[in-house]
Amino acid sequence: MSSTTPAVVLSGITKRFPGVVANSDVHLSVQVGEVHALCGENGAGKSTLMKILYGMQQPDEGTIEVAGEQVRFRTPADAIKAGIGMVHQHFMLADNLTVQENVVLGAEALHGIGGKARKRIQELAAATGLTVDPGVLVERLGVADRQRVEILKVLYRGAKVIILDEPTAVLVPQEVDELFTTLRGMQQQGFTFLFISHKLDEVRAIADSVTVIRRGTTVGTADPKAVSSRQLAEMMVGSELPSPETRESTVTDRVVLRVENLGLVAAEGTRPVLDDIDLVVRAGEILGIAGVEGNGQTELVETIMGIRKAHHGRVVLSSSALGDRDLTRLGTLARREAGIGYIPEDRHRQGLLLTQPLWANRILGYQTRRPVSKGQWLDLAGAKQDTTRIVEDFDVRTPSIDVAAVALSGGNQQKLVVGRELSGDPVLLIASHPTRGVDVGAQALIWDEIKNARARGLAVLLISADLDELIGLSDTIRVMLRGRLVADADPATVTPEDLGSAMTGAGATGAVAAEHAPGAAKASESEGE
Amino acid sequence: MGMLRGKLLPPVLAILFSALLCGIALVVSGANPLRAFGVMLSQIGQGTTAVDIVNSTGTYYIAALAVAIGFQMNLFNIGVEGQYRVAAVVAAVVGGSIVLPPGLHALVIILTAAVAGALWAAVPAILKVTRGVNEVISTIMMNGLALGLAAYLIGSDVFGELRGNNIRTPEIPHSGWVPGISFGSSGTVFGLVFLAALLGIGYWVMMNRTRFGFELRASGESSTAAAAGGVNAKKMVLIAMLLSGGIAGLVSMPEILGRDHTYNLNFPAGIGFSGIAIALLGRNHPGGIAFAALLWAFLDKSGLALDNVQVPREIVTIMQGAIVLSVVVAYEVVRRFELAAQQRQVGRQLGTVDAA
Repeated sequence: MSSTTPAVVLSGITKRFPGVVANSDVHLSVQVGEVHALCGENGAGKSTLMKILYGMQQPDEGTIEVAGEQVRFRTPADAIKAGIGMVHQHFMLADNLTVQENVVLGAEALHGIGGKARKRIQELAAATGLTVDPGVLVERLGVADRQRVEILKVLYRGAKVIILDEPTAVLVPQEVDELFTTLRGMQQQGFTFLFISHKLDEVRAIADSVTVIRRGTTVGTADPKAVSSRQLAEMMVGSELPSPETRESTVTDRVVLRVENLGLVAAEGTRPVLDDIDLVVRAGEILGIAGVEGNGQTELVETIMGIRKAHHGRVVLSSSALGDRDLTRLGTLARREAGIGYIPEDRHRQGLLLTQPLWANRILGYQTRRPVSKGQWLDLAGAKQDTTRIVEDFDVRTPSIDVAAVALSGGNQQKLVVGRELSGDPVLLIASHPTRGVDVGAQALIWDEIKNARARGLAVLLISADLDELIGLSDTIRVMLRGRLVADADPATVTPEDLGSAMTGAGATGAVAAEHAPGAAKASESEGE
Repeated sequence: MGMLRGKLLPPVLAILFSALLCGIALVVSGANPLRAFGVMLSQIGQGTTAVDIVNSTGTYYIAALAVAIGFQMNLFNIGVEGQYRVAAVVAAVVGGSIVLPPGLHALVIILTAAVAGALWAAVPAILKVTRGVNEVISTIMMNGLALGLAAYLIGSDVFGELRGNNIRTPEIPHSGWVPGISFGSSGTVFGLVFLAALLGIGYWVMMNRTRFGFELRASGESSTAAAAGGVNAKKMVLIAMLLSGGIAGLVSMPEILGRDHTYNLNFPAGIGFSGIAIALLGRNHPGGIAFAALLWAFLDKSGLALDNVQVPREIVTIMQGAIVLSVVVAYEVVRRFELAAQQRQVGRQLGTVDAA
């Protein structure tokens, strides 16, 4: 911290891309030994800026200085040579190799691949507290450990400035605390961090300074200790913030979805992916499912939608029009026709036909129903008209309904999907990560629409990794761990930390109550083994 | 207009590029490319070439439609070759052994061919749906089986009869013939060329106006999105494959009902494989396929004249191959360019919306 030369200075960086907000005239100065946060909405241009600093893309204008010297990075290799390392949001590790092999891969020239390399990894681990056994296979590691391996990888290559791209997105609150402790320790040793995030509480907890980026350009730099999260957020958005909070309860006692004893076995083995799932969603109720990703939430949703075939158990949907209907034997289309709207977790893979125009995307999932279809024949005029309605009501920003879905930004694509799935008077909405990767404006609109639909008596099954969203929107929260529903939480009183403990199986604390079902008891037994 | 440019530019580029490539090949081998192309063009007016081109276009068109249906959902029916052969034998045998009033007789033969083609395609379809067998492998194997089965069925101790040094199925009686349009010494256009046109219209309507066509395209674009949208992937594979096989069964009908009236040893081979190339060039679009089929037929028939100017007619095969390769590349290049242009346009229009 004694040096007055900044570790990294970006000045006047401009990068143009077709159709997306890239960077225009960005200025960023990072001091040696600080944690410098870069905040901005999704799509504000953070990632592009970091890709430029890491040599993955070349700026159209502007200069980069590292430790006082102007540099030009053509490839990431150049950036690594200059002491810059990047930990990507999506880990880039080979599962079938050991920790040591992953760290050494591509940097064999430094210390070979044998004992010397292992010794160097252990030295680094000891110095930074990033303790992982170099001999263990990466596929055996959890998310937090994988992240440690990623950080070790960049340290091994001699990085002094480390870019962390949304490092906390995949972690539960406890793991975030551990990561921050590690970062502070490394900071003492002179490492510099560029911390990309849009979680403002975390930014305020770890950063020494914060630069806000909005629509591709830097809005300003602030001292995170001196500003509130709200002020930061308003710098990011340039306006008022949305909140997921729902006001008064609209829960009725009319059961819409009843899932009984649902079980699913993984295709490759006999390991149960879903085990004894029992749940009920009532009209006007939002039931939130909390859980670390990969604990069966995806499978639960796809089994209820009929995309996966349940091994045992029943799925029953009740509506005032059709009465009780056992959906267990029906296919996805029949379940949709029975009144289920479905916002899939990955809109690119499951929600949209990317090269098709918006109006063709309106038909997907509704190909048997009015107004987009008349039996076996499509009603193109009806589809176009109804797409126009969605575009207007849901504020989908698009020049016309004839452009391909891929040309829209993520938020606008998602608004289209939400608008479609709320069409045709569904009785149940299954929303998987409904606001993942969308900007704050779209997030607010989607939250509002879900709340409005709930007020009209829609039953909602909500799956989200965003605990604030989950707590804010839900009327009831169930916690999912290893394919079981292991605990209940009351969103009125639960904190993200309590929920985080329950999600990792650390035990029920605070407002989270373990279930008294036999399933919960079995779960705790198996943990003891 | 931008849409049209995106659709027309790639094939035009590809054809120009491959013409250039062939020109270079001709120059290297010591021939005059302009003279060669000139001979091919003037050949159209000679003898029956023009009519032959039209007839051949119809045949190619049906084959390419059969392939295109599979392509729409990324299903590679390499087996059109075997499907039309089996269908031709079965239809010829059935047609030659029954007697029905004119019209009805031909109709029964045509339906028999479609059903036979569909049944032959049902084998790989069922294997894929129940056992996950890749249809590329199974249809290629079915092609081999089709050759053997056809040879067996026309054996003189089964359904066939020996005429001169040719083996053929019994001739279909007059009532089963479909009359053509005669141009005197210039030849006769097969009546069933119009069946090809009808199939093209039906194909367009199915793809663009029906629920089935939508589900087919959705499955081809993204199997995961289709599944989430309630499209039953197995059902789609089954129906698409049967439909493809059924149309493939009709490939040889114009010739058999319009000229040959039997299945014999001179039965044309390779139309199914040409159909794959034509469907690729025509981008699975009924209009594009028509144009591509016409081009293919022109190259085939006019290429015969190249021998007269001491140019090896295999140059035509080189050109066809070069077209297929370059059209794939050209479509990808233009697709990326168009996508970028559309994103730019959306970005620009929204930029003005935001500023307002």
